[in-house]
Amino acid sequence: MWSWVGHRITGVVIFFFLLVHVLDTSLVRVSPEAYNAVIGTYKNPIMGLGEAGLVAAIVFHAFNGLRIIAIDFWKKGNKYQAQLLWAVLILWVVAMVPFLIRQLSIVFGGN
Amino acid sequence: MATPIIDAPRSGKIDVKYNRSKGGKGSFEMVAWLFMRLSGVVLVVLIFGHLFVNLMVGDGVHAIDFGFVAGKWASPFWQIWDLLMLWLAMLHGTNGVRTIINDYAERNGTRMALKTVLYVATVVIIVLGTLVIFTFDPCPAGAVTDLPSFCTAR
Repeated sequence: MWSWVGHRITGVVIFFFLLVHVLDTSLVRVSPEAYNAVIGTYKNPIMGLGEAGLVAAIVFHAFNGLRIIAIDFWKKGNKYQAQLLWAVLILWVVAMVPFLIRQLSIVFGGN
Repeated sequence: MATPIIDAPRSGKIDVKYNRSKGGKGSFEMVAWLFMRLSGVVLVVLIFGHLFVNLMVGDGVHAIDFGFVAGKWASPFWQIWDLLMLWLAMLHGTNGVRTIINDYAERNGTRMALKTVLYVATVVIIVLGTLVIFTFDPCPAGAVTDLPSFCTAR
């Protein structure tokens, strides 16, 4: 039940980001200066933290989506759905730790 | 206490009013359901690759500017990658939000209005994104900063 709620919330968050992300990338068609000015705002620490949250949402949505596919198509998926949720959470931590080390050092380390 | 016997759905032994309609909508919903799973698997690969190349490699987000985008789209590989990601992600996201609207907006008018806004936004973003990928000019005339290195040849 909570994985279902989490999947919906992360899905909507990612969708609205996607709308904005296509619009900001479209500025490359306006001028290099317009694109660089807007993408420059992604490089400040507040946006860097928001980006970390976005990636956290994407990684959860991705792994839980694969779990849903396993439940739907794998014969034993239903039986092991709870264990699969633990696998999703463990994989989420395994993916997020190196990402956060890299992201936070880039955002706050000046590199 | 006797255990009540519950017949399987659509076994013919339950009241017809509980049978699902066999209208044309069923096949659309089936295709949509399958599309979510197929596009989902492909999107995991496309988006994880996108995030790795743009945020993890080199200077991460600091390296992203006009020249970075121009360098990527000089290759048909990244053009196709981004095009696939755009279409699949938008259709996957639109179908997800459509499901959520159907679940929570109870009045017919509200559902219609929200889905109209959703579909207009989807078409605008997909058309805009596709045009940007294919009409992109890496060396626009009059630009003063951050052009990719191969532009200096002109």
